[in-house]
Amino acid sequence: MNSPLLEAKHIYKQFYDPVKIDVLKDINFQVNSGEFVSVIGKSGCGKSTLLYILSTMDTDYQGELFIHGTKMTGLREKELAAVRNEKIGFVFQFHYLLNEFSVMENILLPARKLAKYPVEALKERALLLLNTLDITKLADKNPRQLSGGEKQRVAIARAMINEPLIIMGDEPTGNLDKKNSEIVFHTFQQLATEFGQSLLIVTHDPEFAEKTNRIIEMEDGRIIRQ
Amino acid sequence: MSTRLIIQIAYSLLIARWKQTLVAAIGVTFSITMFITLLSFMTGLNKLLDGLILNRTAHVRLYNEIRPDSIQPVQQVPEYNATYHIIRSVKSGNSRQEIYNSKAIMDRVKQDTRVLGIAPKITSQVFFNEGSLDITGVIYGIDVEAESRLFFFTDYMVKGQASDLKNVANSIVLGKGLADKLLADIGDVVQITTAQGEQFRLKVVGHFQSGLQELDKTQSFASINTVQKLLGKPASYVTDIQLKLTDVNIAPQVAKEFGTVFSIDAEDIQTANSQFETGTTIRTIISYAVGITLLVVAGFGIYNILNMMIYEKMDSIAILKATGFSGRDVNRIFILIALGIGFFGGITGLLIGYLLSSLIDQIPFNTAALPTVTTYPINYNPIYYMIAGSFSLVTTYFAGFFPARKASKVDPVVIIRGK
Ligand SMILES: Nc1ncnc2c1ncn2[C@@H]1O[C@H](COP(=O)(O)OP(=O)(O)OP(=O)(O)O)[C@@H](O)[C@H]1O
Ligand SMILES: [Mg+2]
Repeated sequence: MNSPLLEAKHIYKQFYDPVKIDVLKDINFQVNSGEFVSVIGKSGCGKSTLLYILSTMDTDYQGELFIHGTKMTGLREKELAAVRNEKIGFVFQFHYLLNEFSVMENILLPARKLAKYPVEALKERALLLLNTLDITKLADKNPRQLSGGEKQRVAIARAMINEPLIIMGDEPTGNLDKKNSEIVFHTFQQLATEFGQSLLIVTHDPEFAEKTNRIIEMEDGRIIRQ
Repeated sequence: MSTRLIIQIAYSLLIARWKQTLVAAIGVTFSITMFITLLSFMTGLNKLLDGLILNRTAHVRLYNEIRPDSIQPVQQVPEYNATYHIIRSVKSGNSRQEIYNSKAIMDRVKQDTRVLGIAPKITSQVFFNEGSLDITGVIYGIDVEAESRLFFFTDYMVKGQASDLKNVANSIVLGKGLADKLLADIGDVVQITTAQGEQFRLKVVGHFQSGLQELDKTQSFASINTVQKLLGKPASYVTDIQLKLTDVNIAPQVAKEFGTVFSIDAEDIQTANSQFETGTTIRTIISYAVGITLLVVAGFGIYNILNMMIYEKMDSIAILKATGFSGRDVNRIFILIALGIGFFGGITGLLIGYLLSSLIDQIPFNTAALPTVTTYPINYNPIYYMIAGSFSLVTTYFAGFFPARKASKVDPVVIIRGK
């Protein structure tokens, strides 16, 4: 168990649109267990692109990706889906809750897919998470009735439900006002300190980044500081 | 991966778009309803029309054709083998219509498990004498009980009792048209002249209507004994043995077999009535074609609605995939949505189809040619319900196949980035 939680080795990626652009060039870094890492950099420098690769959703790259010492590169679609389900929690800039389901059902979806615990036990855990995030009263509401900040906290609860190794976020506060951004940041920090949750968050907000354990700075497809 | 979760997700997506779902389901319902009604009615009609002839026709008929001996004496002389035979000395005159050894054949045939029952029959040409006029006709000598049991003789009696043929000596049942010509009601006596020139007086005990007017103008029925008496033949004299089989489809094979075993002419129902088969087949094909066309159209409706739904649900699909649902799970969700529409639309269609056909079944339908029919004929064969049910599932499955595959191929990165 000495291997790092997440390890990227010589990751390259190009887009052909229509001319070849190198978006990521020789990305090497590690995230260790319990770290709260932020990724910053100018717009267009390849942060999102990198995060999609790290989250196993994008498989079109060169180089190697390891999660807990297991090589992800080259796994099949179904295996990667299982990895995402069990080991990675994802929070997007736009909240991406399913409007057909209640808040509680939204949170339970990944857990029911994993089917590791009975639904009753999962509901208890979901309530605990909602409580931690201070949104218990929203459990039976429809996502449409929620504010942006509330939606983002529900999304965090959903990301947490399967006790993932790592939570990744692509500008999760990017779409929120200052007050809500702070609430979301505090939530992340709380998860890091209280639960020892590892986090990898892409952000534009220097204040946000300053408060994390470690900052990875990117420029033009390369990591220039970590 | 629990199927229940997949079902629940499919259900939630369906309910969220219940109006479109309803439209799609109504499409399926409508086509299944039409399919059931059309086929029940068409095949009901088919059965009725076929019954007109086929009810009264033996599956296999054993008889002796009058024909010259197929092996003429000249052919048996080896020297003339390679030559043209001008002499045909042995004419048909020596052959008889009677079935030789009829009793033994009947006993033997009765024991065959494929045979449901047998009815012996004598066909005899006669003249009905009406004043100075002679009307040609046929008297069939029948075994009333066997004829009623196997060939529904009583169903076609429009007046009088079939059993009187047996109970009243020298009695006759006249075809409706013939009775009208002779002005012969029940209790009247008609005079006939046989081909041998003998004259007899027979008492009318009933009228018979087959539904085929030409036949009813010439045919009449008497008991076997009566006809044997008319012809001056012994009690073993029979010209036809009619067989009804347990399965009508094996008739040609059985006919062939009995033909060789008893060295007799044997005709099966398929050969005797091929034109009816053709009509039936064509009507059935048309009904199936219309029904299936309707279903395919409904299938396109489902295809459209699913495609639209997938377009609307791109975000949901992306998030499902991002949180660990595989392409296969997504595929199953949308296939299930399609099958759900097919299943509930189909069930409702079967039900309404049944109700509609029972409604048609109540509509009065009277025709002189068909005395036993009072309402439109409907065939409640469960096989049509099974075909329609499975077809609705198959169509919706295929309608859902491509949209579901499209959904399973959605790249979450493209959707999430595109926001
Ligand atoms: N599908 C694509 N086809 C072609 N080029 C693309 C595609 N997606 C992204 N790019 C380009 O790749 C580069 C990196 O994009 P990416 O979204 O990773 O930047 P980012 O660092 O996340 O920017 P931002 O901070 O604005 O979100 C950009 O120049 C972008 O134009
Ligand atoms: Mg970005």
